[in-house]
Amino acid sequence: MILWIAAVLVGMGALAWVFRFAGQAATGNVPKFRDMPFGVAYGYILAVLVVGWLIWAYFQGRSSDPAIANKFFFLRIGIEGFIIFAIAAWLFRLAGRRVGTAWSRKMFRAMPLTAAFGVMIILIYAILAIFAGLLAPYGQEQIIPGVAANITPGGDPALGGNPDFPLGTDQIGRDILSRLIYGAQNTVGIAFATTLLAFFLGGTFGFLAATFGGWLDQVLSRMVDVLMAIPSLIFALLLMTIASVWAPRLGIPLTVFMVIIIAVIDSTRVFRLSRAVGQNIVVMDYIEAAKLRGEGFGYIIFKEILPNATAPLLAEFGLRFCFVFLTIAALSFLGVGIQPPLADWGTMVRDLSGFVNYAQFAPMAATAPLLAAGAIALLTVAVNFVVDWMLHKSSGLKE
Amino acid sequence: MDNVLKIIMQRLALGLLTLLIVSVVIFVAVNMLPGDFAQAILGQGATEESVAAIRRDLGLDQPMVTRYFDWLGGVVQGDFGASFASANAASFSGTTSGVKTVAQQIGPRFANTMFLAAVTAVIAVPLSVTLGILAALYRNSVFDRAANIFTLTSISSPEFFLAYVLILFLAVLNPIFPSLSNIYDGMAFSERLNKSMLPALVLTLVVTAHMMRMTRAAIINLLASPYIEMARLKGMSPMRVIVKHALPNALAPIINVVALNLAYLITGVVVVEVVFVYPGIGQLFVDSVKTRDIPVVQACCLIFAAAYILLNLTADIMSILSNPRLRHPK
Repeated sequence: MILWIAAVLVGMGALAWVFRFAGQAATGNVPKFRDMPFGVAYGYILAVLVVGWLIWAYFQGRSSDPAIANKFFFLRIGIEGFIIFAIAAWLFRLAGRRVGTAWSRKMFRAMPLTAAFGVMIILIYAILAIFAGLLAPYGQEQIIPGVAANITPGGDPALGGNPDFPLGTDQIGRDILSRLIYGAQNTVGIAFATTLLAFFLGGTFGFLAATFGGWLDQVLSRMVDVLMAIPSLIFALLLMTIASVWAPRLGIPLTVFMVIIIAVIDSTRVFRLSRAVGQNIVVMDYIEAAKLRGEGFGYIIFKEILPNATAPLLAEFGLRFCFVFLTIAALSFLGVGIQPPLADWGTMVRDLSGFVNYAQFAPMAATAPLLAAGAIALLTVAVNFVVDWMLHKSSGLKE
Repeated sequence: MDNVLKIIMQRLALGLLTLLIVSVVIFVAVNMLPGDFAQAILGQGATEESVAAIRRDLGLDQPMVTRYFDWLGGVVQGDFGASFASANAASFSGTTSGVKTVAQQIGPRFANTMFLAAVTAVIAVPLSVTLGILAALYRNSVFDRAANIFTLTSISSPEFFLAYVLILFLAVLNPIFPSLSNIYDGMAFSERLNKSMLPALVLTLVVTAHMMRMTRAAIINLLASPYIEMARLKGMSPMRVIVKHALPNALAPIINVVALNLAYLITGVVVVEVVFVYPGIGQLFVDSVKTRDIPVVQACCLIFAAAYILLNLTADIMSILSNPRLRHPK
């Protein structure tokens, strides 16, 4: 095995050398080939091999022999998905450049493809979340009577699917497509509310600490230091366990506790940022002027500091949302997050994960858990692409 | 040198103080649980006397402050107390030989988690630093963009998504590695490595992306400096400019992000351990959180927090040592 890998590496090295030499000979020693380091030539060969392998695997996945096709099924789906998403993002950007106000058209013109992809996905998720009730064919808790568990997607009876349920039904006969759509509403909605609460708490205390300074700043900052010294997922798990005992006694849904717990834990990070940003603004002359005018603290925080701190806070909002979203998904996956009757992606992954092991015999069986997990990944990737672009734009880094 | 020693001692003292306060926070949080273990374990049919007896055995009838100092005193001597669940099982069977202390329960699992973290670190650290240097060298090329998209994707995917994708491709469709990591004592090293390879790969994907991006950013930040310009004008090759001139100055942020990610490895492994049923401390934590085995929960939390604080402290000290301007504060 190791010998085999070594042979491939050496062979690629030889190919790279031949490639560079051939390039030099064929083009009459143009600078591109003359000054090409060996590593770059090697990289070209590597890239050609990887792309070649992907194309080969793609056609293996379309092979008529099911044993071979099954093996490369997911690779094929992945490649097709990647190309479809890339084309969709490109079309979306093209549309954005033509339609809309002058401001939005200008924004789309300067947008890289990844950011366009991110904006597109976020819009789709927002529409799904808001209109879940209209779009989903069945209710999220609705157990359709007389329907056996059938997780084969596609709805093609020839492959064992059920045409009434495009993505199949889960173990107790609920429509997976409907639950995925409702999951957008529940998971994304709860994560969004949690992030808002975290920003409200962290932002308020951060600006207060920056404006007042002195003992208030010291007390708040030390408290935040202690909270940040405990790893957040561990602390959230610990507090959720305690909350899960209290929730039925107090008659408050566990989800409310989860929102508060995660918001408090995450607000520590927001506190740090808004305090640092606030401190930079507080020493400005216009704040001094406002103080001399006799303005109150409320005016200074909301009318002077907040408008000048929106840009960094907005980028942080995107990142925080991702973290909150992933934390909620992880908690749900571990069984202490959003509670069962509500459809939620993390819980769906946990419930359906056993089917991954059947993929060997019927690759379609693994799609249901991967769809739920992929739905989470797609949104966080999209948000991260947009935030990455915003940060890059505002940092003005050219090199 | 005295100066450096003084700074390190100061940081260590600060870290210890933080740990002490964290232990108070954990203890208070755990004691906010309504009812106690005695009631929980005896259930509906508990009589007053039996609840009181178990409480007395476990010391639950003491006031909270006393219990905290008892617990802390034991922890300092490496004694985390007896696990409630196993103490209870032993009291039913009438023997004391079966009582497992928390330290006995945690010890081997902690070693397993450290093993997983070590395997991951051995793969991830060299890989991410090399990739980061390459991305900085060929910045804005196709390679850099592809690496950027790939790392952003793997950072932002939930761990269980990456885990199931890897299980699907490397365990189910192409059986290269086992999808369950049932590690036990006395296993041969190669087999142990083989079984923990998939969780290690998942963790590698998550931390490599972060470390690589930070390495790239740290190096690119320096490329506008005059001394880099000078090295370039001398006619040095781009690779040598980066390795000899940019890398040593970018070491502080790189060390920092490596330490932070190692802290993540020890603490953030909960989900990965649950997916792969890896017998580490994260799984023990989730299990005992479900059975409300308070001594184990407390001990796990404290160990996680201690590892986290220690690694952050190391990052702090290393970045002071690698930067002469911080070594001699005004």
